[in-house]
Amino acid sequence: MENISAEQHPAAGLPPALSIRGLSKRFGAKLAVDGIDLDVPAGSFYGLVGPNGAGKTTSLSMATGLLRPDAGQVWVHGVDVWQQPLVAKRLMGLLPDGVRLFDRLSGEQLVSYAGLLRGMDKDTVASRVKDLLAALDLGKDAGTLVVDYSAGMTKKIALAAALIHAPRLLVLDEPFESVDPVSAANIRDILADYVKSGGTVIVSSHVMDLVQRMCDHVAVIAAGRVLAAGTVDEVRGNQSLEEKFVALVGGRNETAGLSWLRTS
Amino acid sequence: MVAHLVRLKLALLRNSLKRSPWQLVGLIIGGLYGLGILALLLAGLAALGAADPEAIGTVVVLAGAAVVLGWLVVPVVLNGLDMTLDPARFTTYSIPMKSLLAGLLLSSFIGIPGAITLLASVGTAASWWSHPLAGVVALLCGALGAVTCITASRAVTAASASLASSRRFKDVSGIVVLLPLLFLGPIINGISSGVSNFSAYLPQLANSISWTPLGAVWAVPAEIAQGHYGPAGLKFLIALATIAALVWVWKACLARALVTPAFAGGARRGAGKMGFFGWFPATPAGAVAARCLTYWFRDPRYSAGLLMAPLLPLVFVFAGSQFGGGTAIGVALGFGAALAAFLVAWSISADISYDNTAFALHVATGISGLADRTGRAMAAGVLALPLGVLYAVVGAIFSKDMSQLPGTLGLVLAVVGSGLGLASVFSARFTSNVPLPGDSPLKTRPGNGFSAALIQLAGFAGLGVLVLPELILLIVALVSGQVLYSWLALVVGMILGAVFLAIGVRQGAKIYDKRAPELLLSVSVDR
Repeated sequence: MENISAEQHPAAGLPPALSIRGLSKRFGAKLAVDGIDLDVPAGSFYGLVGPNGAGKTTSLSMATGLLRPDAGQVWVHGVDVWQQPLVAKRLMGLLPDGVRLFDRLSGEQLVSYAGLLRGMDKDTVASRVKDLLAALDLGKDAGTLVVDYSAGMTKKIALAAALIHAPRLLVLDEPFESVDPVSAANIRDILADYVKSGGTVIVSSHVMDLVQRMCDHVAVIAAGRVLAAGTVDEVRGNQSLEEKFVALVGGRNETAGLSWLRTS
Repeated sequence: MVAHLVRLKLALLRNSLKRSPWQLVGLIIGGLYGLGILALLLAGLAALGAADPEAIGTVVVLAGAAVVLGWLVVPVVLNGLDMTLDPARFTTYSIPMKSLLAGLLLSSFIGIPGAITLLASVGTAASWWSHPLAGVVALLCGALGAVTCITASRAVTAASASLASSRRFKDVSGIVVLLPLLFLGPIINGISSGVSNFSAYLPQLANSISWTPLGAVWAVPAEIAQGHYGPAGLKFLIALATIAALVWVWKACLARALVTPAFAGGARRGAGKMGFFGWFPATPAGAVAARCLTYWFRDPRYSAGLLMAPLLPLVFVFAGSQFGGGTAIGVALGFGAALAAFLVAWSISADISYDNTAFALHVATGISGLADRTGRAMAAGVLALPLGVLYAVVGAIFSKDMSQLPGTLGLVLAVVGSGLGLASVFSARFTSNVPLPGDSPLKTRPGNGFSAALIQLAGFAGLGVLVLPELILLIVALVSGQVLYSWLALVVGMILGAVFLAIGVRQGAKIYDKRAPELLLSVSVDR
């Protein structure tokens, strides 16, 4: 690890929005997550970056109560996720990646379903669904079945389902994948507003530029370990985040490239 | 290029075997089964050779036509039987159409069904050992017959794929083809008793079929053996024209599929239609019930079951009518009622497997096990109970014996209550490989081995034990004709059904609360 700490200083006051200690998971012979420690300060916009197969999704699944860890502990605003899952899950909104939706429901039904499952009352659900669909520009397709949505619309409706109960911590796994630029900008605005009002957002992404522009904190994960974590400026130093990422993770080819691919 | 495609298919086969030893076991069992069938066929054909040419022709034409028909129908039923070389995946490579067609055609023979069809078709030559010239022609025609089969199935697949880029068509077509299959027994029974002199009818049927695209190719050797060279030539031409037409259809559909993207959405619809969500209380359990009920009608995997359940008792009735009398039909309907109700109730034993990873929403929202179990049981109960009651009442009307109605109703109540309770426990404990969301309801998936069958069997046996009291009371009532036992069955059914439902939902909820992440993991493996 770089000399930047992934752990919040104990004197920092409020408990972190998300606190991870010694989290590990093994799938067969592969150690997917290898003892991760991480603190996400309350009120931060936290980026989680790493190459494919680094263990981002596995870590987030364990942090949100979807996947039982082999070892380690997770707290959300001081609530232990695996000791008091129901309390912890009330605090979190989750947009998982690579997971199906109940796609034979219409968009409106799906978001309402997510609200009702959380025990919200009917009228609140109805008014929030309306707001969310309008904000995400899905109003005209509210009655269309989710199975007939495009990939970007599907992402957006899943995001709406994650937001419906006004969580204090939002965990978004690859939220911008296949979302068009206009919708992505709208989503970024919504998230920025949310952070300004005191919420905490964790996004995982491959797109370094996006993370550098959007997030105030970042953690670099590779091969199931945290390589660096802290504020974006701390982590990247005087390089761009992308350069720093490549330097940390390695794997760039130094050879001359594909000489035969040149057209002239 | 053709060789590349064939090699690609071999490589895909080899890699799929590397993924799991069970695939290899499956291939070996399938191969042995196929070889066994092939050996039997060849022996049968050789034995057939002793008959006169006309008889040989009749058998070969009918069997051959059936095989072609099979290749036409099966891909539609099984929604892309063998899509290892899905043409859509070649869109980005500029493969000349001719090479693509030839490559796909040849590679279709790699694999058990294709290889066996080819060998058996060419093997029809074995039946012509007493007519050498016909034998030689049969070798050629057999190969052409196999090509007909493959091009037919490819053409149908391509045609339905370009028709079926709309999801609704896909949803409906799988179910529609299912229905005739269910009634195959009664239909065959009806036809065979209708045609009084079946064996006299066969040569006539074969003769007509031999002039159609289905049978022409198989009829050529027989005509040659009988010295009818004119008809032989004509039928050979029909066979060639058939192949040419099929290839043309295949090519046209493929050409369209290659430039049409797979996505084709329905019309856009605005907000305001909440469907079943308006029917149930706005609680977590109510929401689950509304969602499940929506799925019973919108997801073909559920609605196929919902369609089958009321039809199965009719098959019972058919059996009952053979024994004669309205009483028999009535009794059969009574038990059929319980069966239909059970089929619907028991489907929720695989509910979480059907959810697949969409189940993550339940885990993420932290819905309590009790609400999850209650909602699912409610949705199935809303369907199973009226269905069972309806059949019980209709059965009582048929048997003109209202005194047995309370007993039958008792059995229905018991089956629904105990079935839902038991299924609630099972679905929290076990997941199985079911068709994925969006797949054809008939698609069976590998990996459902011995253990899954054992689990199902345990469920059936468990239910049998749970409803035993009501069953015994009802049978006693039927045999003795005493109304008291019938009413007793109703009372016991009401009480035990409710008790087992409550216990099952509670037990299931306990297991669910403990194992929800593990359930999600086990369905995630399977996608």
